[in-house]
Amino acid sequence: MPTDAQNTPHHAPALEFKSSTFSVPVLVLSSDDFVTIGQQLQKKIQLAPDFFKNSPVVFDVQWLNKHNLAIDITTLVAIIHKAGLLPIGIRGGNDLQNKQALALRIPIYSIHNSLSAEPKKAEAAPQAVAAPNTPTTLINHPVRSGQRLYADGDLIILAQVSAGAEIMAEGNIHVYGSLRGRALAGVQGDTSARIFCFDLGAELLSIAGNYKISEDMRGVARNKPVQVYLQEHALIIKELT
Amino acid sequence: MARIIVVTSGKGGVGKTTTSAAIAMGLAKRGHKTAVIDFDVGLRNLDLIMGCERRVVYDFINVINGEASLNQALIRDKHCDQLYILPASQTRDKDALTQEGVGKVLEELSKDFQYVVCDSPAGIERGAHLAMYFADDAFVVTNPEVSSVRDSDRMLGLLSSKSRRAERNEEPIKEYLLLSRYAPDRVKLGDMLSVDDVQDILSLHLLGVIPESKSVLTASNSGVPVILDEKSDAGQAYGDIVARYLGEDRPHRFIDEKKGLFAKLFGG
Ligand SMILES: Nc1ncnc2c1ncn2[C@@H]1O[C@H](COP(=O)(O)OP(=O)(O)OP(=O)(O)O)[C@@H](O)[C@H]1O
Ligand SMILES: [Mg+2]
Repeated sequence: MPTDAQNTPHHAPALEFKSSTFSVPVLVLSSDDFVTIGQQLQKKIQLAPDFFKNSPVVFDVQWLNKHNLAIDITTLVAIIHKAGLLPIGIRGGNDLQNKQALALRIPIYSIHNSLSAEPKKAEAAPQAVAAPNTPTTLINHPVRSGQRLYADGDLIILAQVSAGAEIMAEGNIHVYGSLRGRALAGVQGDTSARIFCFDLGAELLSIAGNYKISEDMRGVARNKPVQVYLQEHALIIKELT
Repeated sequence: MARIIVVTSGKGGVGKTTTSAAIAMGLAKRGHKTAVIDFDVGLRNLDLIMGCERRVVYDFINVINGEASLNQALIRDKHCDQLYILPASQTRDKDALTQEGVGKVLEELSKDFQYVVCDSPAGIERGAHLAMYFADDAFVVTNPEVSSVRDSDRMLGLLSSKSRRAERNEEPIKEYLLLSRYAPDRVKLGDMLSVDDVQDILSLHLLGVIPESKSVLTASNSGVPVILDEKSDAGQAYGDIVARYLGEDRPHRFIDEKKGLFAKLFGG
């Protein structure tokens, strides 16, 4: 009589654990006011609704806890859900917060395991010194309407970016062609990120969440080579001469 | 191995079917065995423009479902024995098209045809996706107006990311721009984008400009692809396009305003 085991030749394993690294946005909180959090989250998401839709996110409450602002995790998670994000981890929580997270089946990430947390301490082992190696992404074809690109380092595009296209980078963005779509640099909060383009016609420019839409750019260096950077929270568009 | 050409646009009513019929005929007339497939399931237009609607027995979906062989379904054109038409079904819905089914039919056609022209439906849904998925070359038909150009740009994005060549990391689909229903006098009035405007937005290799022409309607009413009307401007434009596609160097025409008789006589 055939048994189940005979149907599985050589007892081939049905599963296997592998180690993979994923790049997941981290939501770092610096206010415990739920209304403000909700509003600012919405505002950020509206910059790139497609990108954020159902995006996994780890939320980081370390700064809050350092300032004795112990936020309620259940409410926070509800706000994140409402914004259309899927929380998949907590970082920097206290015991109670971690318990709350686990009750919601949200895993706990340790600050010390993550590469991009706080500056390295002097006693860190030499191999831990290397900063996360974020390679430059090079694209040599046009980015067309409806297409979206995300780079976790710098993004260099050797062609045009059409109206209706969206390019995002955690670092700098260079477009050696016409930039007619939306360009968002420093999307994880790097305020020193810059955007460079050959021919400015963008629908939206953003650095670390500070943005201008094309209506705010009227008259400024349209169709000229420019660089875009932040100066005291103001987005500066400057012609390259 | 056949070269698979998709005629696509995103936007509807820009001249895809007119173009598919014309270039398929043009290639066949030059002695290349060519098949043209109607992917517009549920609407069925190509057979009308090719003048073979009364000879449709089996269709593309029948072949995909194994209800008819390819040879049973292919209709030989009455003007050119190197040209075959595979009509769409009028009675089925779009879900009858499957990627596997389309792939098999194209593979079988590839064995004995030199060119397979796929007439895409409008939009970016299933039918349009399957029409372009297996393509080697894409003829992107665009009208000189902003919404059509934007849709073409969108389609170009899909060609470069959602096709089989893209998925397999092969050499990308070759993309060509066909600017159709061009009316130089309206460009001059500012009602239409110019060739330069469109090329600036799309940065794409221009295969040809097809003028707005009454001959297109006349041709489709009589079921004869307009390319066979060699006296017509649109017929000549398609003739040039086929020639350029096959590597001939021909100067672009139909871009400038036609001079009236008065201007011609007096050098206006
Ligand atoms: N160059 C032209 N000059 C004048 N009329 C044209 C021209 N090209 C196409 N037309 C007309 O435009 C209409 C639409 O053409 P056609 O059916 O080829 O477009 P299509 O892109 O296939 O449309 P659909 O998206 O519905 O499949 C038809 O009435 C056709 O006669
Ligand atoms: Mg059509």
